[in-house]
Amino acid sequence: MALAGLEEWPMSDLDFARAQMAVSLGFHIVFAAIGVSLPALMTIAEWRHLRTGDEVYLDLARRWAKGTSILFAVGAVSGTVLSFELGLLWPRFMEFSGAIIGMPFSLEGFAFFTEAIFLGIYLYGRNRVSPRLHFASAVAVSVSGAASAFFVVLANAWMNTPAGFQLRGGVPVDVRPLRAMFSPNAASEVIHVLLSSYLATAAAMLAIHAFFLLRNRESRFHRAAFSIAGWVFAVSALLQPISGDFSARKVAQNQPAKLAAMEGQFRTETGAPLRIGGFPDPATRTTHFALEIPHGLSLLAFHDPGARVLGLENFPERDWPDTRVVHVAFQIMVGCGSVLALFAVAWLVKRREPPRWLLKLLVACGPLGFLAIEAGWTVTEAGRQPWTIYGIVRTSEAVTQVSGLRTPFFLFTALYVLLGSVVAALLTQQFVRSAHAD
Amino acid sequence: MRTEALALGAVMLAALVLYALFGGADFGGGTWHLLARGPRKEAQREAIAEAIAPIWEANHVWLILVVVVLFTGFPAAFAALGTRFHAPLTALLVAIVLRGAAFVFRSAPGIARHHARRWGTTFALASVSAALLLGMNVAAIVSGRPAPLRLTLTGAWTSPFAVATGLFTLALFSFLAAVYLSVEAEGALREDFRRRALLSGVLCGVLALATFLLSGDDAPLVRAGLAQRPWSWALHGATAAAALIALFGLAARRFPLARLAAAAQVGLVVLGWGASQQPYLIVPDITLASASAPLATQRVLLIALAAGALVLFPSLRLLYKVFKPARPKRPS
Repeated sequence: MALAGLEEWPMSDLDFARAQMAVSLGFHIVFAAIGVSLPALMTIAEWRHLRTGDEVYLDLARRWAKGTSILFAVGAVSGTVLSFELGLLWPRFMEFSGAIIGMPFSLEGFAFFTEAIFLGIYLYGRNRVSPRLHFASAVAVSVSGAASAFFVVLANAWMNTPAGFQLRGGVPVDVRPLRAMFSPNAASEVIHVLLSSYLATAAAMLAIHAFFLLRNRESRFHRAAFSIAGWVFAVSALLQPISGDFSARKVAQNQPAKLAAMEGQFRTETGAPLRIGGFPDPATRTTHFALEIPHGLSLLAFHDPGARVLGLENFPERDWPDTRVVHVAFQIMVGCGSVLALFAVAWLVKRREPPRWLLKLLVACGPLGFLAIEAGWTVTEAGRQPWTIYGIVRTSEAVTQVSGLRTPFFLFTALYVLLGSVVAALLTQQFVRSAHAD
Repeated sequence: MRTEALALGAVMLAALVLYALFGGADFGGGTWHLLARGPRKEAQREAIAEAIAPIWEANHVWLILVVVVLFTGFPAAFAALGTRFHAPLTALLVAIVLRGAAFVFRSAPGIARHHARRWGTTFALASVSAALLLGMNVAAIVSGRPAPLRLTLTGAWTSPFAVATGLFTLALFSFLAAVYLSVEAEGALREDFRRRALLSGVLCGVLALATFLLSGDDAPLVRAGLAQRPWSWALHGATAAAALIALFGLAARRFPLARLAAAAQVGLVVLGWGASQQPYLIVPDITLASASAPLATQRVLLIALAAGALVLFPSLRLLYKVFKPARPKRPS
């Protein structure tokens, strides 16, 4: 067996647990983001149809609904895996925190219930319920999808900025679940994640319909889609930098080591520069090849060009996140976000008669939103290391005592590679078919 | 034990009953997809797919609800569950993922026929495996046997008792599916499902007895709970009565009656399991009391569940009113 050689692999059970969690979340987050935002696009199309009576919008709502039905199902089952994995991989984390942050997960359960119920009615009930109820179902799916994301991200925010309990002898006491739900990073994280979902999906849809407009500018169908996806894209792409600034300032305030890792900031300095690009080297404690903008980081993180920014040197090395991963992921996220914001302006200006160069560039930008989501998620998770609960429970303390975790890691990785390829093949097929239909 | 813990235990048990009645029947659909035969083979498969398409995702959420209530209200039990039953739970998850994904892939727009067929078979095999594994997990949880801290294919989850419990679960779910389908289908198709319901109904009885007999060796505590509590035999009597009424309903073609009785039968089986293992969440050491979250959490959780129920039940009722009208369609 090929797996026999793994005995000598330099990966511990902790590494496999982290890798399995990363694969599961990295897979699920794409479907979760689409599950939040594709129903919203579908609802807008449905609403335009009700308002104008134009069949083009109905056709659009139906096509987006077809995509939703596959993507939501894959999101639902991969989300189930995650809810179990919290206990399978991180039982000591759950034992510590279940009572404190279980609430948002429970509420997410109800949001998920509502989304599944009304998605069933929307997808299969068009000829069985009144048009009003049918439209209300679409709205319910959109709202509960956003609510699901809202609740889940509250739990993640708590892991970054734990609140709502006292620590006595390593045990949480005086638990206040509602205060834990609204931890210091809650608002900034929730807004950033919700916007990223709308942005990523709208950018992908805009790319698809821009592609078809390049072949046939007069298609009313693709123009309608280009307009709806474009508005969602433009609004979320322009709001996202503001939300990003808000998030970064919260991180600066509440998780200084994470900020230092994001920025490749090893030394503590006043008037710290903003480093664009570059590669941090923990051994020499310098960030190489970065474009430095003087005072930029102090200005962005604290809105004061002379502010003092804590560097990683302020923290013991055992509490450092891997700044190489975090800094690079952060650059990718910000880079994608900036490019998308730029194209949002271009779209707003040229949307009525979009020139071919803009359409081509929008096609190229299709995957950037999802790339930014994966990178941003890497920033928040890898940047929190070595902690599962920031400053309180280490990831190495949270992991299960069960050994032999490489087997489930390979099992789920293989499963997700299979499902991911099938979904990609099915969507490509649908894409090619629409191309022939025009 | 405090009332809050008991109330949350009751909520989880109720959610498990509903998961069995609704989600269980969806898994049972897989059995009949796999065993579809005769001149109406494709029609049988279509009827199954049509019956579960609009509702399976909602039905699936009952399981999520149990999980979140468990880890919020009884975090120590959730941690122990994940640690002790890592292997069987992982196997169950793989089956659950494949079932859901294969079901939507099989009816994806524009999918080639032979691919659709293959995904249909995957859906059916994964459904059957999920039902089996669900039963095997339950058997491991009630066995009271110490669990090794490594992933292994041997142990409480593959004991003869566990295999019997798995088969019993599969039979119950398949029976439910066939009964529901016999209400919803018409004409010859309805007769197909009626015959399947009768056969699987009898099989349920045989497997119930086998499971009970094997429980003496492999799950002594639950065996005692099943046999020696004051309500034990009244409960088994009621379950048996429901089973007989369901079979009678099928034989006499009184389908709505059969559906009601079959649901009562399965509901009573799940209730009986829960009640016999009370107060343990995991036999033999983790109880509702020992695993309880602080009182503040359990109280807020109960309030949240009550508020959630106000949204959930009217929505579910609407879903079922739209897709599962109370009166079966008349044969034309």
